[in-house]
Amino acid sequence: MEVFDWGVLAIKLGFLLVLLLQIPPIMVWVERRGSALMQNRLGPNRFGPLGLLQSLADAIKFIFKEDRPPGMVNTFYWYLAPLISVIPAFMVFAAMPFASNLTLPSGQVVHLQLADLDVGVLYIFAIGSLGVYSIIMAGWSSNSKYALFGSLRSSNQMISYELSLGLSIIGILMSFSSLKIQDIVMAQAQPLMQLGPVVIPKYGIFIQPLGFLVFLVAVFAETNRLPFDLPEGESEIVAGFHLEFGAMKFALFFLAEYVNMTMACCMIVSLYFGGWQLLPGLPGLIGASGLTGFPLEALRVGLEFASFMTKVAFFLWFFVWVRWTLPRFRFDQLMNLGWKVMFPLALLNVALTAFLIYRGMF
Amino acid sequence: MLIKKKQGLLQPYYLLEIISGLWITLRKMLFDKKVTIQFPEERRVYSDRYRGMHYIKAVNGVENCTACMLCPTVCPAECIHIEAGERSDKEKYPIKFEIDVLRCCFCGMCEEACPKDAIKLSSIYEMSQADRTVFDKGFLLDQRGNK
Repeated sequence: MEVFDWGVLAIKLGFLLVLLLQIPPIMVWVERRGSALMQNRLGPNRFGPLGLLQSLADAIKFIFKEDRPPGMVNTFYWYLAPLISVIPAFMVFAAMPFASNLTLPSGQVVHLQLADLDVGVLYIFAIGSLGVYSIIMAGWSSNSKYALFGSLRSSNQMISYELSLGLSIIGILMSFSSLKIQDIVMAQAQPLMQLGPVVIPKYGIFIQPLGFLVFLVAVFAETNRLPFDLPEGESEIVAGFHLEFGAMKFALFFLAEYVNMTMACCMIVSLYFGGWQLLPGLPGLIGASGLTGFPLEALRVGLEFASFMTKVAFFLWFFVWVRWTLPRFRFDQLMNLGWKVMFPLALLNVALTAFLIYRGMF
Repeated sequence: MLIKKKQGLLQPYYLLEIISGLWITLRKMLFDKKVTIQFPEERRVYSDRYRGMHYIKAVNGVENCTACMLCPTVCPAECIHIEAGERSDKEKYPIKFEIDVLRCCFCGMCEEACPKDAIKLSSIYEMSQADRTVFDKGFLLDQRGNK
């Protein structure tokens, strides 16, 4: 690699890291204000405009709080667990494209993606599923019944829903016949059909509605978010696997949860909603020129990035919205849903897609 | 009694129900009136009979209290401490009048017992203190409640 590549890589890494570290505090604020407004309260509105700096205050508190391990914990795994939860959460973003390629005047091409892997989707699923180890470690090393039960439930749930999660995207991979996320996003720009003046693009949701449904539900279970937050069932097991963790260690679990959630939203958007493809209406706005040539192309890339982030922001909000709407599942209901509904539906989706491809529908 | 509700055709499949639930929360969030009282700026209005912080009523700068000791006698929490003295015009008056608010149970018996209408309970209810404060006479005279 040349100096130029290293420089670009460093800039991208720094930008991505800063971006990802900004999302959890903002999401905590959104969650607290959103839940408050839904329950006819106001939520934190004192510190900073609209209470936005509340998370900053929380972060300072987390950093300066006394952090001492409880007696009888398995120290090595107890210290390792928060790290294992955070690192894969950040690692998966390496394969996520944020915009199309940018060609500089010097002819060098900048990929708006850390690594354009050929097995991008597989990589994300492989690394993403490492998170379950941190939960098992946290629960086991804490030497607490609640924590152990929480981690047992969590690993059970994550492994059960990982099946439907993996199967539900097979339909997408078959219809776009690629594992490269950049290719999948590019392919979604093609028109699917014409409805009067509106061109419906070939977004994943239009060709795989059933797959999308299964994926969405499974992703909620994978990120331990509310209709499926059994690992943290407050009424039964206090706080679940991170019960014995305090201060910054707890904050790291929290961070990992929100970064995982962001990743889930990025996956939903990339696979089913056209990724960084411009939002409806924007292509017409920038005209047929397509903004080629260097300065204009930078503008186009910026717009694509903004479109991507808008879609991701909507789904992040959707996660919060669902969390404060639906009550928690019972454990047997969770398992029934996972194995008797989601799994067969995902298999059916694969079979259906294979049949339709065989008949030449896609 | 077991009440069986009639289910709609699509109700067992949850999905539409979830969407209508989402609509309910969105509607609550956007349009409902919020019930939060933002404390230092807005205050809850209590009735005039609310028993809050004590004060000693004074007429022309002289407290009404004659140190008759009825209020410390009737006080179930024994939180009132009075030391009586004599003014130059042979009038009995309290040299010390202290209320240990941490002990007070705000029953209002002192107010009822007082023949001179001297000790009263106002409707002020913010009494948090950083230390264990005993309200002394000067402080109690300062507090003119809004009653």
